[in-house]
Amino acid sequence: MSTGTGTQAPSGDGPLSVRGKLLVLLAAVVVLATVAGVAVWRAAGRAEARNHVQAGGPAVHAGKVSLAASGPPRIVFRSMAWGPHRDELASVPAAAPDGPRTASGVTCLRFYAAGGTGICLQAERGPVNDSYRALVLDSRLRTTRRVDLAGIPTRARVSPSGHLAAWTVFIGGDSYAGTNFSTRTSILDTRTGVLQSTLEDYALTRDGKRLRAADLNYWGVTFADDTHFYATAATGGHTYLIRGDVTARTAVTLRSNVECPSLSPDGTRIAFKKRVPGLDPDAPWRLYVLDLSTLRDHPTAETRNVDDQAVWLDDATLAYSLPGDYGSDLYTAPAGGAGAPRLLASSALSPSRLD
Amino acid sequence: MYVSESRGSTPAAASRTAARGPRPGRRSAVASTVLALGAVSLITDVSSEMVTAVLPLYLVTGLGLSPLGFGLLDGVYNGFSALVRLVGGHLADRGGRHKQVAAFGYGLSALCKPLLLAVHTLPLIGAVLAADRTGKGLRTAPRDALISLSSPPQTRGRAFGVHRAMDTTGALLGPLAAFLILRRAADGYDAVFTVSFCVAAVGVLVLLLFVPSRVREAAAPAPAGAAGAERPSLRAAVALLGRRELRGLALCAVALGLATVSDSFVYLMLQRRLGVPDRWFALLPLGTAGAFLLLAVPLGRWADRVGRWRVFVGGHFALLLAYVLLLTTVHSGVLSYAVLALHGTFYAATDGVLMAAAAGSVPAALRSSGLALVQTGQAAARFCCSLAFGAAWTAFGDRSALSGAAVALLASVALSVRLRPAEAV
Repeated sequence: MSTGTGTQAPSGDGPLSVRGKLLVLLAAVVVLATVAGVAVWRAAGRAEARNHVQAGGPAVHAGKVSLAASGPPRIVFRSMAWGPHRDELASVPAAAPDGPRTASGVTCLRFYAAGGTGICLQAERGPVNDSYRALVLDSRLRTTRRVDLAGIPTRARVSPSGHLAAWTVFIGGDSYAGTNFSTRTSILDTRTGVLQSTLEDYALTRDGKRLRAADLNYWGVTFADDTHFYATAATGGHTYLIRGDVTARTAVTLRSNVECPSLSPDGTRIAFKKRVPGLDPDAPWRLYVLDLSTLRDHPTAETRNVDDQAVWLDDATLAYSLPGDYGSDLYTAPAGGAGAPRLLASSALSPSRLD
Repeated sequence: MYVSESRGSTPAAASRTAARGPRPGRRSAVASTVLALGAVSLITDVSSEMVTAVLPLYLVTGLGLSPLGFGLLDGVYNGFSALVRLVGGHLADRGGRHKQVAAFGYGLSALCKPLLLAVHTLPLIGAVLAADRTGKGLRTAPRDALISLSSPPQTRGRAFGVHRAMDTTGALLGPLAAFLILRRAADGYDAVFTVSFCVAAVGVLVLLLFVPSRVREAAAPAPAGAAGAERPSLRAAVALLGRRELRGLALCAVALGLATVSDSFVYLMLQRRLGVPDRWFALLPLGTAGAFLLLAVPLGRWADRVGRWRVFVGGHFALLLAYVLLLTTVHSGVLSYAVLALHGTFYAATDGVLMAAAAGSVPAALRSSGLALVQTGQAAARFCCSLAFGAAWTAFGDRSALSGAAVALLASVALSVRLRPAEAV
């Protein structure tokens, strides 16, 4: 630091000598390094604690989990309960969702299964940071295909037949303190391996006019069959429910303010999260159900903020996640709007109903 | 020493010397203040890039939030941030308080890091990030003024090159540090923010201890009108635009900025047009940063020799070439490396070099305001370009939008070559 041009004091001014300044810096670095070290050490301890079974948590044991389309009614989800099986796909009987869990040994961040096919969005440890991939699983949880992902997984769905899988990832934040995030939604044919890597390639029309925009984002696909699906498209600060065609690669907007749609098994209604005007911007979404024949919606009995793509357990019951003590908990609410929300399973995420 | 060489020479002669730069074989060390400021930037960038790198992960997996639409206010904020920069520049010039204003800016950003531990909702996190960026806006112009004031005019290009290289090094190390912490402590975002704060605090301390609060212009051949005569008032700052040199420079920076497509669009185009695999998408900025890091010093030195203006305008040819490569229909992995290298070259040839060029046309007493003016003009122009580019994309598709940007860039370069401010050589 003393290689100045001679036009100024080599190292600032003030009463301290260079030596004194270096000592002050050294002392401060020691203190700050200690604070930093303690913070990392405590966080590491917390991370380690999650590998030990939590008191009062659900019982989890290793076993076989099947995604077969026929079989006993069951719910398969990502179990977030602390212990050796944390974040593994686990199965519970549909009749006893809060009972003992059978853990599969396959870890997923997000998951969905239908028609004997599962889609598992997974983190892969790299030398420095995690990368992400999508795994297509057969009914015995064997990986049949894998696709690298561009960002952090958020939504996953499989078509009722199990032939198509879709997922959404978040991409974002490469500028200084930047807050611009985008999504990418892909659809994969699980039989042929043909990947439509982004729905942004689809021809989207709104009110009969082709819509192109650099800020166009898609998320939350829900399949009607192996050709048609619904999803959310967003541009210019508005969200739209779209109906898409996988073969024609086209989509058309149906109405606005619909996010993370989920089609009922009978194909007549869509559960979605609605940005309700006047709510706290911290918690802007409520769980609503839309009737596709009238395009009219009604709220469910859940009054808390729901930031999830709901799942239909049957034609009358919705399941969704809310933040919980161990990550998230699953709740159910009647789709009709009456009744009250009920806890389905604690420490759980990404449920699929199979039977 | 350049001081003695240039002292006594006429301003005109001095600026000719500045233009030609040091003769080959003549080397002098970079001023200690520049190294200190480089160290501050390096440390601060480690701190801020730690947060930037884990922020998406923290929001999505740590807090379980859907951060979409979160960036809607970015546009509004960009306008505000431009104002903040001008304010920072002006405050620094008043009474020569460059160090104090810079320290306030760095300090504000540092204090935002522990605040991230306390807020858990998108609006509040957005507010903290906005405060962080306000700190960055405030400190940029005073810092660049300090760099220019503490370096002899003949080697300003190199001084800025060294500073930008150190800055970029920090930006590359930050994400690495953050991910290593997450390796050690899964989901330890609070640890990342705490460490980020500690690192930022060290940066502020280095600034306070090792950057002098008063810098006399090194080897300043007081530009015509003599520094003493310029009182750092708001009016004087605005009157800077009356100076032909600076006006020409600012005009060119704005014209070129209007055709400079933002980084995120470049990466998006890279992926859409050249088919960069998804898994590499997050690493694209590293390519740009790597080239920037490697070339900042050589191009800064080169600018000192052949003329900063020439290198600054020339840097836009690198960008133009990157656009052209993005427009070709050839799909090849090599092409994406080339685009990133050109993108980094563009930054290395323009970012610090523009400041080095602008410093020569602003009297020392108004240095900070003058640099802020040029930076703000450029940033505002780039923002307008982003809006126009997005609109063109919507209306005509990405390829047409980029073709338009390429034509605009060519026109701006032609204009800049014609205008060619007097200082430039």
